[in-house]
Amino acid sequence: MQIPYTVENRPDTGIYNAKLGVWLFLASEIMLFGGLFSAYIFLRIGAPAWPGMIDGHLYESASEVLNVPLATVNTLVLIASSVTVVMAWASLALKNFGRYKMYMGLTIVFGFVFLVIKYFEYSDKFEHGYTPADSTFLGIYFVMMGLHMLHVIGGIIVNAYLWGPGAKMWKSNPEQFIHRIEVAGLYWHFVDIVWIFLFPTIYLL
Amino acid sequence: MLASFWIPGGAAKAGWTSYPPLANIETAGQTFWLIGMIFLITSSLLGAVNFLTTIIQLRAPGMTFMRMPFFVWVQFITSFLLLLAFPPLEAAGVLQLFDRVAGTSFFMPTGLVVSGQVAEISGGGSPLLWQHLFWFLAHPEVYVLILPAMGIVATIIANNTRKPLWGRKLMIYSVIFLGFMSFIVWAHHMFITGMGTVLSGFFQITTMIISIPSVIILSALFLSLYGASIRFNVPMLFALAFLPMFGIGGLTGLPLGLAPTDIPLHDTMYVIGHFHYVVAPGTILAMFAGIYYWYPKVTGRKMNELWGKVHFWGSFIFMNGIFFPMFIQGMAGVSRRLYDGGASYDFAADVIHYNEFMSISAWLLFVPQIPFIINFFWIIKKGEKVDSNPWKATTLEWTATTSPPLGHGNFETIPTVYRGPDIYSEPGADKDYTPQDQPDGPSRPEPDLQT
Repeated sequence: MQIPYTVENRPDTGIYNAKLGVWLFLASEIMLFGGLFSAYIFLRIGAPAWPGMIDGHLYESASEVLNVPLATVNTLVLIASSVTVVMAWASLALKNFGRYKMYMGLTIVFGFVFLVIKYFEYSDKFEHGYTPADSTFLGIYFVMMGLHMLHVIGGIIVNAYLWGPGAKMWKSNPEQFIHRIEVAGLYWHFVDIVWIFLFPTIYLL
Repeated sequence: MLASFWIPGGAAKAGWTSYPPLANIETAGQTFWLIGMIFLITSSLLGAVNFLTTIIQLRAPGMTFMRMPFFVWVQFITSFLLLLAFPPLEAAGVLQLFDRVAGTSFFMPTGLVVSGQVAEISGGGSPLLWQHLFWFLAHPEVYVLILPAMGIVATIIANNTRKPLWGRKLMIYSVIFLGFMSFIVWAHHMFITGMGTVLSGFFQITTMIISIPSVIILSALFLSLYGASIRFNVPMLFALAFLPMFGIGGLTGLPLGLAPTDIPLHDTMYVIGHFHYVVAPGTILAMFAGIYYWYPKVTGRKMNELWGKVHFWGSFIFMNGIFFPMFIQGMAGVSRRLYDGGASYDFAADVIHYNEFMSISAWLLFVPQIPFIINFFWIIKKGEKVDSNPWKATTLEWTATTSPPLGHGNFETIPTVYRGPDIYSEPGADKDYTPQDQPDGPSRPEPDLQT
């Protein structure tokens, strides 16, 4: 028995099942990161100084502790990857599988670039002896960035599957495959949006 | 969680609320607890996404939202609560895990002293932050516990009174409002943390408001009994007992929702009495009702009535025996979580004898569960067989065959829905119930407030 509305839209809601599913999932993710943002606000309000004392040194602003230019590059990388994932979906809608492979491949590459830059950021911190235990500022920085990074990794895995083994569905059920790319793209946009909030909050404010 | 019982130091010991700083410094069992919670929350979230997508997108043809049975409505709202309320606790769990494993200080205040030694932490954290994040979930959680139970009771009452629920549509709107309100009452668990009067006033107001939909639902269920032709079978006995029990549980919550009366009652046995009344004679009795009610659909046989009644009366009486004296003890000032049950406090001397009474009731409560368990397993093979709709109910699950059809899906053919779920005893109909998917037959004009 075929499950209805996997491919075609349900008339009254106007969407197919997976799209509703991913929006609901993203709603829960908003609450998850929202909980962490609330924790950030709570901790910052309660702190005498922010970033405050780390290992005996009093810091006045986040840019003294964190590398803002590098994070700006990461912001541009993620925005670019959001553009490429839309282009991937559009290429499929225009029935151009080759273009799809290229754009989805670029999205995955941008994801890796983000991760590599993050790796340099984190290892630099650890080399200077800055760990999550050293202050609440560093703690919330590592946890929020870390959770975001895990979501990026998850997104890369999904995108890689849809680029590689999952792309077989283009032959057997192209409509459903396009839906899968759209849903993966929605998740990827969410990951990007979280970063858009995270970057100014932690690095700039 | 189970594995943590065997590790050195034992299982989690900081209470289900896992308050820091205690939870942060406890033995490794607490870490296991946190990891277990993170998995559980993630699974709840995914289940909620499944329920919501299915209810919105995959209803049978003709099944409008207002034709959905009340039980499905409560599951719908419960899933929204799970979806949106759980993640902050997951965030908090991750933060507490970091506090324990990576030495961060999200919840550890500056200058903390443990066992006479200043703790080696960076400080700057806040135990209050954990409380807010925890209770943001934990309040909607209690509605997650009670809403499905209300749905089960409503279903069974409509079925065994052979008449539509009074105010079904009102109940649906109430449960939607309840779901929404449940997100803005959480700090009534935190009245003694030193919050200012403006904030506490806000939470007192929202807490009082949220009692309104609960009362509406309970009243509608009571009113549904008026003029009914009641069948006192085992599911109905449990469903009927739910009503006054949830009434007691809910009413005893009112002093807890107002700060002046909450302050002397907070963390006393009164609170334990309150929440156990809603969950034990409340949710658990409803769960038993559901088991007896849907058992024939799952197994094709009915559970034994006589032993069901033994199970019912025993459970009902002894549950009250355990939890009622707690109100008395709590009002005398006996705190919860005391290792000696209050024996070392003079003011508890008059009420301490209830401890023995409650303990005996607890042991006696165990006794009627034995016939229940035997009944449950014995009847699977040896029970009297029944047809696919032994309770003569109207909702769609009763048109499905007992064993699922070969291949995918619940039904041989997908049913089409022609009416709401509450066409019982319709004047002029040929039977006293009309299933939702029967093509011809009576239906009530929709919409109607009292349908």
